[in-house]
Amino acid sequence: MTASTTAVPQGREEIVRTINVVKEYRMGDQTLQALKGVSVTIYRGEYISIMGPSGSGKSTLFNAIGGLDKPSSGKVFIDEVDVAQLDALELAWLRCRKIGYIFQTFNLIPVMTALENVALPMIFGGMLEADARDKAKAILERVELGHRIDNKPSQLSGGQQQRVAIARAFANDPAIILADEPTGNLDLNTGKAIIGLLKEMNRERGVTVISATHDLKMLDISDRIFWIRDGAVEKIQRRDEVTIDAGQMH
Amino acid sequence: MNLPVQAVGRVQRQTQLPLSKAVEIALKSMRVRLGRSILTLITIVMAMAFLTQVWLGNRFGPVIHAALLARAHLTVHGPVADDGRLVWLLSLSLLVCLVGISNAMLMSVMERFREIGTMKCLGALDSFILKLFLLESIFLGVAGTVCGIVLGVALAAGMMVVRYSTAAWSLIPWGGVPWVCLAALGIGTAITAAAAMYPAWKAARMEPIAAMRVEV
Repeated sequence: MTASTTAVPQGREEIVRTINVVKEYRMGDQTLQALKGVSVTIYRGEYISIMGPSGSGKSTLFNAIGGLDKPSSGKVFIDEVDVAQLDALELAWLRCRKIGYIFQTFNLIPVMTALENVALPMIFGGMLEADARDKAKAILERVELGHRIDNKPSQLSGGQQQRVAIARAFANDPAIILADEPTGNLDLNTGKAIIGLLKEMNRERGVTVISATHDLKMLDISDRIFWIRDGAVEKIQRRDEVTIDAGQMH
Repeated sequence: MNLPVQAVGRVQRQTQLPLSKAVEIALKSMRVRLGRSILTLITIVMAMAFLTQVWLGNRFGPVIHAALLARAHLTVHGPVADDGRLVWLLSLSLLVCLVGISNAMLMSVMERFREIGTMKCLGALDSFILKLFLLESIFLGVAGTVCGIVLGVALAAGMMVVRYSTAAWSLIPWGGVPWVCLAALGIGTAITAAAAMYPAWKAARMEPIAAMRVEV
């Protein structure tokens, strides 16, 4: 792994650390290594983009960081907790309170209104329904959807649905936001607005944002970019190190 | 580096889903899939109507038969013949009902993989998902069974009138009807709950990563 040493911010609190993460998939009698020993550290408040072509292991790494997939070997620490040591109840609690998920396909619960969607993780987290609704309303106002709180997802545009999803991800004041191709299903301008909103929320609330993407618009606002290729970290760059020449990224 | 090897004290509390909220979500999910819910409902109504009608018919028939014969100063020797094939048909209809509900619920689970995965990502435990799907099927089961019982009672009484003329109406022994209805309600609810077990279990076991799947 060739991570440039200048890309590591000094003296900050670690929020995610992976140590030699390997993920193998068995296909018949062949073993496919999707991740070949990845060690990365992410600090509190950072905005990280995981970039790489499809099949590079980008999604596998992302899912391992998010506690959605168990690595074949190696360790993943989230907020100093070894994810592999957690039982089902603790994992659910971690997903509920520590991590906010944003999906490419928005994934709002179709039978619920925007307000109910945002309130749901707070109810799971043990908040009283009235308090959850108040807080959900406030967050929806923050993402400029105060006027659509009683709409069902089907009555909202893609960009609006993703805003609701962002509000939902922030519902329990998580330490980490995991965004899987958050602009993948959006047009250019809506995508830009969503990226802008994520960045604002990241600054405003000091939340760590980790995003798997191949949207180059993300580069502008990322603190660091992890380039993944063939199941390994090819390089880690700070934003100011990214140069663009003749349409190719280096 | 000073990372603790063990997960210590930072993850303690458990996520929860209050029953009232679960009921609310289950009802909404049924409403949004109204077409299929009604189809499933019809299966239950038909099966339970058949059960209630046969059951009551077998109770009403002999009593009315005997009463009418007594009026004509005749006596019956032995019980009125009970049709053995009915038992077969009855078992078959209940089985079809069971499989029908199971199938409809399985379809609904497969359709909702992303919704279930998302809920898991938001902190839902297996038990929340199990609760949601079981509640949904129990609501369908109770509603369908109640409708089926009403229909079955009407059919049983109607058949007596058709078979023994209108004179039979006043001879119908209504006394045992509430008990038959209660038993039918129990059977109907039990069948729907049993039918929903496997689909609900399958839903509950779904991994949160299902939320990431893009293809439908």
